[in-house]
Amino acid sequence: MAVTEEDLVAFIYHEARLLDALRFEDWLDLFADDGRYWLPAEWPATDPLKQPAFLYEDKFLLDVRLRRLEGAKTYSQKPRSRCAHVLQRPTIDGMDAEANLYRTYTPFHYVEARADQREYYNGWAHHELTEVNSALKIKLKKIELVNIDAPFGNINMFI
Amino acid sequence: MSVYRENPDAIRALVRPREVHRDVYIDDEVFELEMEHLFANTWVYLGHGSQVPEPGDFLTTKVGHQPLLVSRHRDGKIYVNYNRCPHKGTQIQAEECGNTGRVFTCPYHGWGFKTDGSLAGVPLKQGYDGTGFDEMAVGQGLQPVKNVQVYRDFIFVKLNEGGLDFDEFFGESLSTIDNMIDRSPEGKLEIVGAPLRYMHRCNWKMLQENQTDTCHPMIVHESSAGTAVKVWKETGRNDFHPAIELITPFTAPYKFYDDFGIRVWPNGHGHTGVSNSIHADYAEIPGYWDSMVESYGEERAREILNDVRHNTVYWPNIMVKGPLHIVRIFKPIAADKTLVESWTFRVVGAPDQFLERTMLYNRTINAPTSIVGHDDLEMYERIQRGLHANAYDWVNVARLYVENEPVDETAVVRGTSERQMRNQFHAWAKFMTMSMVRDATESLKDRPLPTSSPSVGATLEAAS
Repeated sequence: MAVTEEDLVAFIYHEARLLDALRFEDWLDLFADDGRYWLPAEWPATDPLKQPAFLYEDKFLLDVRLRRLEGAKTYSQKPRSRCAHVLQRPTIDGMDAEANLYRTYTPFHYVEARADQREYYNGWAHHELTEVNSALKIKLKKIELVNIDAPFGNINMFI
Repeated sequence: MSVYRENPDAIRALVRPREVHRDVYIDDEVFELEMEHLFANTWVYLGHGSQVPEPGDFLTTKVGHQPLLVSRHRDGKIYVNYNRCPHKGTQIQAEECGNTGRVFTCPYHGWGFKTDGSLAGVPLKQGYDGTGFDEMAVGQGLQPVKNVQVYRDFIFVKLNEGGLDFDEFFGESLSTIDNMIDRSPEGKLEIVGAPLRYMHRCNWKMLQENQTDTCHPMIVHESSAGTAVKVWKETGRNDFHPAIELITPFTAPYKFYDDFGIRVWPNGHGHTGVSNSIHADYAEIPGYWDSMVESYGEERAREILNDVRHNTVYWPNIMVKGPLHIVRIFKPIAADKTLVESWTFRVVGAPDQFLERTMLYNRTINAPTSIVGHDDLEMYERIQRGLHANAYDWVNVARLYVENEPVDETAVVRGTSERQMRNQFHAWAKFMTMSMVRDATESLKDRPLPTSSPSVGATLEAAS
């Protein structure tokens, strides 16, 4: 299939909706097998391994996170957290069908709530998407936070 | 009503041999006294020389409530001054770090200070002619912190005049910092990047006690480490996964922790992992051993690398993880609020994989996103809330206590002992009260003035 700009925008909205609905297994299925989720702790971030990061996780580690959320002894999720994304319409940063690489840029507001606490995070999500068996998959989701220097409390869900 | 101020006996009564009063964690007055006394009487870590490598480089930080300005001068030395213009009190630098060039310039009236803190210039200086300006403290420049010690690039200060000198305060405990540095074939470490900063709504001492609490990982971290190991097994994979290498040891049983031992040192310092630790079995990084042998010889290299200390507590508020080149600072903000900074080092002369392992550990274990850290923090915050229960005033630290247990002595004990927590609280009471006696017997005006401003008193007298 030929990937259109509308496909990319719909994909980004769909991803956020799965997270907000706590459909984490379905969300993980959106990642390519070698996909990565990257939340740098420094700006600008060019190296996920040698620069500080909050997260740089492969599908296995993301799966561990999902499974942990279900655990009976996951005390920091008693009570559970919920989250909500508000996205600006994604901008298409790249459409390279030949290289099978599509890039989007999405400013966002994100809130994570647990009991009577609410934490706000804001910034810009950069997606690198690729087509696998006629479906778009995430090769890399890189999230830049605007207040990267601030001390954060627990981030339990996924921005 | 003030219960603890100028009352060292009341402070001492909060620490018993096997238990401590909840007020050490939840009382606002006790917290303020910690800022005034404990953090002024102890040698507190500020940062690493590699954060200010060039002349003009500076960093700002706080000890207790005291704002400090650390700078590298043209003579190559590091100076620590109070971050306060002597003129009106303006903070000289508001940024966390940077390079100021040859002088710091106060943003309010443009007074200049050299990077050693001395006065460089004052606009319209003639306006002070005949005012005694040059003899006043204000004419000397920034107020220096008198007790500064840079130990192998680790910068420490002690704000108060009295108390213990650096070597006496740390003694043999410096061996952990030595070992971390010696793991570099060039004997050198460099800070890489900003620290991960993690806000904890709990008292700072809970963090420090948790460093040698070996009876919690198998309970608190079952949900993270246990799940990671289980999911890994389910994949059927047998390739190398660097995160699994780091997480798996967290599932070790009580016996492992009990056997590896705890060493306590005088003045509140101590460490877990005397004979072994969860950091002992990491994969070899190609080329590293050879470069260590080249630098140190085989015997010494083996000695350095076989010392795999787990967590070393430097009283009052840092911990050092030598084999992973991480320093964590527990910065007290309020009785129920602590900023945790986790700093990472490059081992100069070692392969890049070392840095990658350090960064991986830091984000996996110490980050606000860490599935391991989440459950630690949950415990601290539940303690902070639980301690408000009026049913019982005491927190227990009696595990493997022995009658007439010696204090302020070096000893190696079983790894599941709470001896190091008791050691910390002994040091807590000691450094909290050592300057209170003076407060109780002398009024403010009788206190000796700082030596750099001998003329202030005289000037005030002349004015009155």
